[in-house]
Amino acid sequence: MKEINDLILPDDVKYTKSHEWAKISGDIVTIGLNDYAQDQLGEIVFVELPEAGDTFSKGDEFGSVESVKAVSEIYIPISGEIVEINEDLEDAPELVNESCYDNGWLIKVKPEDVSELNDLMDKDEYLDMLKG
Amino acid sequence: MNQQPGTSGLIFNEPLLWDKSRDGRCAMSLPKSDVEREPLDENLTGDSPNLPQLSELDVVRHYTRLSQWNFGVDSGMYPLGSCTMKYNPKTNEVQAARQGFASAHPLSGDEFSQGALKLMYNLEQYLAEITGFEAVTLQPAAGAHGELAGMLMIHAYFAKNGKQRSKILIPDTAHGTNPASAALCGYESINIKSGKNGILEPSVVEAIMDEDTAGIMLTNPNTLGLFETDIKEIALIVHSKGGLVYGDGANMNAIMGIVKPGDIGIDVLHLNLHKTFSTPHGGGGPGSGPVAVGKTLEPFLPIPRIVKELDTYKLVTDFPDTMGRIHTFYGHFGIMVRAYAYILSMGAKGLTDASKLAVLNANYVKESLKGTLNLPYDLPCMHECVFNDEFQKEYHITTMDMAKRLLDFGFHPPTVYFPLVVDGAFMVEPTETESKEDIDQFIDAVKAIAREAAEDPEKLRKAPLLTKVTRLDEVAAARKPCLRG
Repeated sequence: MKEINDLILPDDVKYTKSHEWAKISGDIVTIGLNDYAQDQLGEIVFVELPEAGDTFSKGDEFGSVESVKAVSEIYIPISGEIVEINEDLEDAPELVNESCYDNGWLIKVKPEDVSELNDLMDKDEYLDMLKG
Repeated sequence: MNQQPGTSGLIFNEPLLWDKSRDGRCAMSLPKSDVEREPLDENLTGDSPNLPQLSELDVVRHYTRLSQWNFGVDSGMYPLGSCTMKYNPKTNEVQAARQGFASAHPLSGDEFSQGALKLMYNLEQYLAEITGFEAVTLQPAAGAHGELAGMLMIHAYFAKNGKQRSKILIPDTAHGTNPASAALCGYESINIKSGKNGILEPSVVEAIMDEDTAGIMLTNPNTLGLFETDIKEIALIVHSKGGLVYGDGANMNAIMGIVKPGDIGIDVLHLNLHKTFSTPHGGGGPGSGPVAVGKTLEPFLPIPRIVKELDTYKLVTDFPDTMGRIHTFYGHFGIMVRAYAYILSMGAKGLTDASKLAVLNANYVKESLKGTLNLPYDLPCMHECVFNDEFQKEYHITTMDMAKRLLDFGFHPPTVYFPLVVDGAFMVEPTETESKEDIDQFIDAVKAIAREAAEDPEKLRKAPLLTKVTRLDEVAAARKPCLRG
């Protein structure tokens, strides 16, 4: 497993305590698992996602990822409606390991209140949390 | 270090029987027919089944070789935490094979089944005595089935009292099947956290227990191998709100003859005969999960129940408040015979000693290995102890790597990554039937593996190295499962 200093943590996304990332582009927020989460989980073998059109409130469980080690719930960092899910993950769950910020994204959400993103952590705050 | 049992001996490859098949080979001779041949009506015949054609030696070698790939308690130590893989004395098998028991048929009626009914009745009485309850049903087919039966009784109790409840409390140190059993009865399970030292705190239960909560399901000793010391107070809190206490007795091997769950506030408890009472398991069953209840829940026991009148025994279904049937006929009778044989051969003192030795052995392992592996909860344990891979993280060695390497040393690995409250859990349950010499060998093996973790971590990551098949690609198996032969 990676040392904290080896983690890839881009500057242009926001982080949650439960190791998801969120990035806004236009009026859509893309959500995925960050490098720490995919590294801790190990090789991911299945991703369970909701359907487009489902709505969630901030902090709700919206799916799960299964690795050889464990099944982990994933939590939505912002309230809103799912507009798209990453369908490639059905056949290629390993994309979450290989490319967690890019091809391995999980869902796209149309947020109810974009300002909820301000409650999330930036890279430095997230790193501080990991270092405890 | 003593000689370890693991070795790369002569293990044979063996093809499928169909690959060995040759036309005309046969392992048996049919006796000469003493009736005239009469061809079957064509409508009744079809293509012959594709059975392999083999000599007797082909068949004997085939199954002997397959048996050599196997590992069981009869071949070595099997410290699989939470599973109580104790030795199953052979006398149990002898008794179960007696013709009167082995040939008993459930449709032969009470009149012709008195011996079998008497055995079941007595076994119920013994289990009630051991657990401190009023009555027992032997029907459930395994532990989780017993949990379901117990929860259905709780559900029937609230229905009878006129107001169903919607929730059930389940601590994070309970068995993983508990929430599933509760959910099947329509209860929402509310997860509650154990305290810092792994023990459930009464204040946590008090804060959340209300009159819409059916009760609590707890495992005692819990899945950390620790005794829930505040159980009486917790039971009082639950009872004061009209709730009931479900006890998961899967870990009863730690407390037989020492603690009676019926005396400490538990209302219903299941047992695993295939763990505590030494009937075979690990090969897919059959198991047996009897449920013991106090006075409150007795009317709700599943039917039929065995009733003794004078010196005769009969199966009775006339109990108006019963939860109903939970199994065809009356459960797994052959397993009951084995458990009965075990209880009689051990006696009260023997059962108590078994629990004392199970606890002693686990504490011996815990104390011997606590500098080698990290011990997250350093308290006197019951029948099992839970370590993790914290000390090995600096070498990037995981619990899984160490468990795989144990195979090379000739041991079945302990339970790994359970309970979930311990990250990277390595859960050892030696049971009472291992000798000190065998336990010492296991301890030496774990210490040797911990040394390898520091000195040759790459070797551990490839382990096992001596087994017939080496490290399996679990990722490929999960991502691209091959579901047909």
